[in-house]
Amino acid sequence: MSSHGIKDRVAIVGMGCTNFGERFDTSLDDLIVDASNQAFTSAGTDKDAVDAYWFGTAQSGMSGITLARPLQLHDKPVTRVENFCATGSEALRQASYAVASGAYDIAMAVGAEKVKDSGYAGLNAYPIPNDGTARTLTAAAMFSMVAPAYAKKYGVDQDELKNVLARIAWKNHANGAKNPRAQFQREMSIEKICASPRVAGPLGILDCAGVADGAAAAVVVRAEDAHRFTDHPLYIKALSFVAGNGAGLTDPEYDYTHFPEVEASVADAYAQAGVTDPRHELAMAEVHDCFTPTELVLMEDLGFAARGTAWKEILAGSFDLDGELPINPDGGLKSFGHPVGASGLRMLFECWLQLRREAPEARQIQNDRPLALTHNLGGYPGEMVSFVSIVGRDQG
Amino acid sequence: MFEVRGIVSAAGYLPFRRLQRSAITATFGAGGGKGTRTVASYDEDTTTMGVEAARLARSGAPDTAIDCLTYATAEPAYLDKTNATAIHAALRLDRSSVALDLGGAVRSGIGALRLALEGSGTSLAVSSDIRTGLPTSPDEASGGDGAAAILVGEGASVIAEYLGSGSATDEFVDRWRTPGERRSKVWEERFGETKYLPLGVQAWTAALAAASIDAVDVDHAIVTGMHTRAAAALTKKLALRDGVLVDGLASTVGNTGTAHPALLLAATLETAAPGAVIAVVSLADGADVLLFRTTDAIANFTPARAVATQLATGADVLYGKFLSWRGMVTVEPPRRPEPARVSASAAGRSGEWKFGFVGSRNPATGELHLPPATSVPGVEMEPAPMADVAGTIVTFTIDKLAYSPSPPIVFAVVDFDGGGRFPVEMTDVDATEVKIGDRVEMTFRRLFTADGIHDYFWKARPIRARGEGSTP
Repeated sequence: MSSHGIKDRVAIVGMGCTNFGERFDTSLDDLIVDASNQAFTSAGTDKDAVDAYWFGTAQSGMSGITLARPLQLHDKPVTRVENFCATGSEALRQASYAVASGAYDIAMAVGAEKVKDSGYAGLNAYPIPNDGTARTLTAAAMFSMVAPAYAKKYGVDQDELKNVLARIAWKNHANGAKNPRAQFQREMSIEKICASPRVAGPLGILDCAGVADGAAAAVVVRAEDAHRFTDHPLYIKALSFVAGNGAGLTDPEYDYTHFPEVEASVADAYAQAGVTDPRHELAMAEVHDCFTPTELVLMEDLGFAARGTAWKEILAGSFDLDGELPINPDGGLKSFGHPVGASGLRMLFECWLQLRREAPEARQIQNDRPLALTHNLGGYPGEMVSFVSIVGRDQG
Repeated sequence: MFEVRGIVSAAGYLPFRRLQRSAITATFGAGGGKGTRTVASYDEDTTTMGVEAARLARSGAPDTAIDCLTYATAEPAYLDKTNATAIHAALRLDRSSVALDLGGAVRSGIGALRLALEGSGTSLAVSSDIRTGLPTSPDEASGGDGAAAILVGEGASVIAEYLGSGSATDEFVDRWRTPGERRSKVWEERFGETKYLPLGVQAWTAALAAASIDAVDVDHAIVTGMHTRAAAALTKKLALRDGVLVDGLASTVGNTGTAHPALLLAATLETAAPGAVIAVVSLADGADVLLFRTTDAIANFTPARAVATQLATGADVLYGKFLSWRGMVTVEPPRRPEPARVSASAAGRSGEWKFGFVGSRNPATGELHLPPATSVPGVEMEPAPMADVAGTIVTFTIDKLAYSPSPPIVFAVVDFDGGGRFPVEMTDVDATEVKIGDRVEMTFRRLFTADGIHDYFWKARPIRARGEGSTP
């Protein structure tokens, strides 16, 4: 397989991100316009100057018209993309490749999701006509099976593991408390997290990401054009994506303690970017903390901790805001909720702020490393899609 | 050459749940009584119970081709649409074998059996029933849920030779229910008794004559009917020897209506010795009597799961659950979208998987796919029937959020004996009792109903009784 990547050929020159939350008074169009206008302003450009658009939404609308109408675009190519919970990341990936190909000078990726209009808690997929034999579990239940499997494999006491998982939620809430865009801007004690009502397996309600509406956007241009837009662009070092084939669900070898799709996509991303020691080369990472056991396993899948050690690293604070490698400094899905089409770009937005030292002082990370990573997954253990991006302050 | 015709295999199916009749009294201060009744789970209907009984009966004679499948119930899952086709599909019968419903009346159960015995070829007569009644009613307490399947054929494999029958028919209103009603109604008992007694005697006399035997020759007598009083009164008039009356399972199972004659017959065959004469007497809108004599082959008849074994492995259900499962009370549903109706064409394409639980095996690698994988150029997948293969729980979870007609969902990742893994919903289980390493078997269930279309598929359930779960 050849995966050459587009390292340093495309730059992000402007970004926007709405406040995430239960935006009952805000429409999908409002969210799109808000995020897009922030990005236009940030890049010092406007909607007419952008040559092509990629719009990520999982189920808030269909076709490019969902974006073209609220932005009142004229004769622009707009592509709607969907790739489970990595939908927003997919929009960025396609826009970046379009610029790298030379087809367009300026492209924009917009991701938006109006989740809270369904009338139900949690995320709900549109039913596709089917034979009625597919499972009907919630994502929480599917990911809950990771926790006992991990505990058993590495000999971690169940109560100890509960504490580890609670600490992940505690850390992300603590970071989110410092973020005015987050859905939940308050700290949460370990005790309260541990005591939250069970929803699936060992997972309590506070082990789950929030559910929110939101949108985010990014303007990408050829790297050589970047300084016409900003003094501090971010260069795309790697974009990788893997769609699993569902084999994990029926493979007796699969043990629910790792995500093969994530391992494959991050290996590709590190190869594209030339990263060999992620723990010490990355300034930070935004990862897909849909449920606390997910973040636990991701620390190992992404190479931030050796197999079987992430739980100790978490307890030691290695991934705290002031730890060796800050994870989800913006508060993660835990604090932001998960508007499916927007989340991948929301993660990138934090990299944009942090690497450019524009994050609020309270959560500006202190290390001076030039790279940041976003990781976005969709689906379930055994059957998922995984996206990894790496962006950097400097070319080369 | 004249071939002996009769029963080749037989099985009863009892759902796992039991209602203590005292729970009715404790709740309403009325109704109920002593003992238990069987309760079909929320994910069972008469069709799924019929499938389970048929699977058990068929495992006693797995290689027998079945020419005709008849299915009788007073509580059909569908009208217009044949229910027997789902049983036909779950058993993976050949398309050339016919599948017919005998619907509506309790009498159709013993009627299906009689037609099989009087006909030719190999027939599987399946009967199933869910008996309901309004809270505190005698029907609620004395009814039971269950199914039975009797495989009828000819030759050396016959375990009980069919000796003959007698019937008597009359039109009168004793017990009735209009379509769609949740309860049956009955006329004053005395009237029915005066009608049933002479009908029963007439059928009994005719059957004895047809079989050329006397009443004292009968070794096991099953006398059943929804009219309990008439059945008891008739028993006294049959001139039976002492001790030959078969226990009607009233104190443990209850009366399973359409299924009851065949259920009691299956239970009797499980313990009968060679050369024993068995009489089945059923009172329903007339009287039907069937007479059998067990053969030497019955000594080798090992029931897949005896009725007695199933009786010993049940567990209680809360009375409130029972009422909600039967639609007598409506409880708060999960706050999740209800599932959409199953696509008929999608289900039609995946019949072997959906109804037969047949996966696929890659002949080159031996890899097992559940659901089956699509053949690609160079790799022609082979069917892998998995319905009768037991498995072990690798991991599991309890989902309190997902939609279920009776939350929470217990969901397990199951590794099958001999290879293959499938994440699957569990049933007949309490969330607190599941453990990694538990043994499970597959069972045919109704997942939900949307737009009137029942979604049938398989679930896993714990193997509880000794001798359960052996892979045929």
